[in-house]
Amino acid sequence: MIENVNAVEVHGLRKDYAGVSAVAGIDLDIRRGEIFALLGPNGAGKTTTVEILEGHRRRTSGEVRVLGEDPGRAGGAWRARIGIVLQTASDAAELTVAESLRHFAGYYPHPRDPGEVVHLVGLEEKAGSRIRTLSGGQRRRLDVALGIIGRPELLFLDEPTTGFDPEVRRRFWALIERLAADGTTILLTTHYLDEAEALADRVAVLAGGRVVAEGTPATLGGRAEAEAVVRWTDAEGVHERRTQRPTTLVNELSAGGGELAGLTITRPSLEDTYLELIGERS
Amino acid sequence: MTAVTARGALAIGLARGAVELRQFFRQKETVVFTFSLPVLLLVLLGSVFGDVYPETGLPASQLFAAGMIGAGIISTSFVSMGIGVALDREDGTLKRLRGTPMPALSYFLGKMVLVAVSSLAQAALMLAIAVWLFDLTLPTAPGKWLTFAWIFVLGVTGCAALGVAASSLARSVNGAAAGMNIVYLALQFISGVFITPVSALPAAMVSVSSFFPVKWMCQGLRSVFLPEEAARYEMAGQWELGLTALVLGAWCVAGLLLCRLVFRWTNRRE
Ligand SMILES: Nc1ncnc2c1ncn2[C@@H]1O[C@H](COP(=O)(O)OP(=O)(O)OP(=O)(O)O)[C@@H](O)[C@H]1O
Ligand SMILES: [Mg+2]
Repeated sequence: MIENVNAVEVHGLRKDYAGVSAVAGIDLDIRRGEIFALLGPNGAGKTTTVEILEGHRRRTSGEVRVLGEDPGRAGGAWRARIGIVLQTASDAAELTVAESLRHFAGYYPHPRDPGEVVHLVGLEEKAGSRIRTLSGGQRRRLDVALGIIGRPELLFLDEPTTGFDPEVRRRFWALIERLAADGTTILLTTHYLDEAEALADRVAVLAGGRVVAEGTPATLGGRAEAEAVVRWTDAEGVHERRTQRPTTLVNELSAGGGELAGLTITRPSLEDTYLELIGERS
Repeated sequence: MTAVTARGALAIGLARGAVELRQFFRQKETVVFTFSLPVLLLVLLGSVFGDVYPETGLPASQLFAAGMIGAGIISTSFVSMGIGVALDREDGTLKRLRGTPMPALSYFLGKMVLVAVSSLAQAALMLAIAVWLFDLTLPTAPGKWLTFAWIFVLGVTGCAALGVAASSLARSVNGAAAGMNIVYLALQFISGVFITPVSALPAAMVSVSSFFPVKWMCQGLRSVFLPEEAARYEMAGQWELGLTALVLGAWCVAGLLLCRLVFRWTNRRE
């Protein structure tokens, strides 16, 4: 087995359900240590793609390598190196948080300490509670905890922060950044563009089973080169001008160093770019 | 498989067994329902069978009670196992496990621990009731208990394996529960669990039931808990323990093979 720089390599991946393509030929490369976000509207094929990479679903065609192996054939040793957080889970309702973490830790050769993981996801107060009594966001945090208990090299997160309150979401971001800093490769799907922008080194936008754009959050869909909007106010009212060179414009306008009232320079947000990319499809 | 991973699979299997037991006994309603249905049948039907057989002076209720213990064990192995696996498939337990390095063998070992404990508890409970209400006498000869042990092990293993296989044919928990209970009920009926003695049933019916484990488990347990002369009420007029071992053993092998063939980790058909 050749250990290459990519944790995930996908070429021409297709998945048909009863003749309908949920994934219609996608290519992806995710480098080791990278945080990669998959964006896309409901039904775009994110979960289908991720679950094929996890070994949960069979592909119709295409080449897939995850940590150097074909997930459709890989065995226990490979599974010990990945961590999975599924989009939904409702298992083990009668166990307590601590019991389930301790039990799952037993499956792995080099697990994290269950107590430490409880702390990492902020469930200390719920450690002794039955899982069925957890709130939606707490249950989700337990799913994340179970995903990282085995100290995975590659972590799959399918909409991990659904139901998190804003503070917990920030804590989760910090956790993901910490895992990445320790060398964990992370593939996450999300509907929150601020999350992708805050976390991801690279993002891909999926729509209708195809990758419609790929890049860093800052450059996605030509965002960095897009025209900036300069706004300011003077005696005549509010002015707005679109330009490729906002610095030059501002220089001209304030010749002599005068202050421009209400000056703002904005570029399209990731959300603007995303909606435009999605809109082109429909 | 190397020795180390085989040992790992056993250790994880025992850990799963502990988790299965904990989860089972924490669901009070399921526990009560699982144990009380065969007990209810035992008490109600046992009270209806008031006859005493003239040839031996044996009460029909004792004949029924001894066989019913076998039916109780089949309920905690075949039916509970099948519904349990279907539940694990539906609530995502199996999917989560599939994403970890846990060996598949460990999952089944864990289930077997649960089935063994609950079946033993069921047998003890029903035996206690049979002794208390119907004056069944517990055997003192070690040989009888040895017979009980091998019938229990072979029967529970085979039925549990068949339960797993049957659950894989259903597409949902509801489907599995309904299907398994129908099969279980029909087999109990044609095996003469509810009609004593079994020789009162049409011979053709018993010929059919002779292909399945229920008849042999019940017959085997009657041989353990009833006096020798009760053998005359069996179809063949004797206990046929050799044949019992053969049929139950064959179902163990067939059940395990079927498991391997039809077991599915998910409900989704792709
Ligand atoms: N088992 C299945 N059988 C048939 N069709 C399916 C199956 N699973 C997914 N699909 C279809 O494939 C498409 C992609 O679904 P998928 O779950 O991958 O979307 P997603 O991008 O994860 O959406 P969401 O954001 O809602 O989670 C959808 O149109 C869905 O209906
Ligand atoms: Mg999804």
